[in-house]
Amino acid sequence: MALTTLGIIRLRNLFSVVILSTIYSFLMATLLLIFDAVDVALTEAAVGAGISTVLMLTVLYYTKVNEEKPKFKSILPLIICLTIGGLLIYGTYGLPPFGASDTPIHTHISVQYLERSMSETGVPNVVTSVLASYRGFDTLGEVIVVFTAAIGVLSILKRDKI
Amino acid sequence: MSSTIYNFISSYNYYVIIFLMISGLFIVVSRGNMVKKLVGLALFQTSVYILYISPGKILNGTAPILDDVYSIYSSPFPHVLILTAIVVGIATLALGLSLVIRVNEEFGTIEEDELFDNEPNNE
Repeated sequence: MALTTLGIIRLRNLFSVVILSTIYSFLMATLLLIFDAVDVALTEAAVGAGISTVLMLTVLYYTKVNEEKPKFKSILPLIICLTIGGLLIYGTYGLPPFGASDTPIHTHISVQYLERSMSETGVPNVVTSVLASYRGFDTLGEVIVVFTAAIGVLSILKRDKI
Repeated sequence: MSSTIYNFISSYNYYVIIFLMISGLFIVVSRGNMVKKLVGLALFQTSVYILYISPGKILNGTAPILDDVYSIYSSPFPHVLILTAIVVGIATLALGLSLVIRVNEEFGTIEEDELFDNEPNNE
């Protein structure tokens, strides 16, 4: 995964960058599978590796495939990024260890969902029941966002000007 | 010494996340090509996915699909949030890419440096 990321940074041929990002998405889906997030892994494999690759290849068809050499040296962004990374690593000292079961994330709302989902909705997959039943308004908002994005894409790409 | 190693291993997932995060940020800040910027943005976004999902994992737990055989489940809540985030992410990506196509139609380039050079009222 790290190798793929470094490849994305270094390569100037955008076609290889897009293919590498597809590989990255599949690796990410595998990682999510290891973290027990099967629904998210499926979505990531379909959306991240499938749809976004198709979209990016379409854009590359319309534009140039090779990237120009950047005019400025990238020392300053590197320093900024490393500083932020250092701060984030400092931040990890306050976070719970990996795989523990007594952390706040497992003791508040998740337990309620896991206990009540079967009797209240009858759906064995808790992710589905939370997504469609308990947090249905979230999903409605998500649909609105996708709809707005579709309208935006159509109005940006419209050829004939009024 | 052993506690240091334990600390390192138990927060190894956070180090992976931070590496992905800063590399995504680095691409966004330092690269001029717009398609590459969007790839960097997607990279940054996926690092946030693991940031949410990985604390939800319990060792020896299983996926949150109820069954009599299992009793320990990972937390379903971050999964729901990230499902929404993935779909919203692809929507913003599509919007950004359409903007790239439009910029290319109008100015004939997707490099930021060339765009700044071609600016008409540039003194």
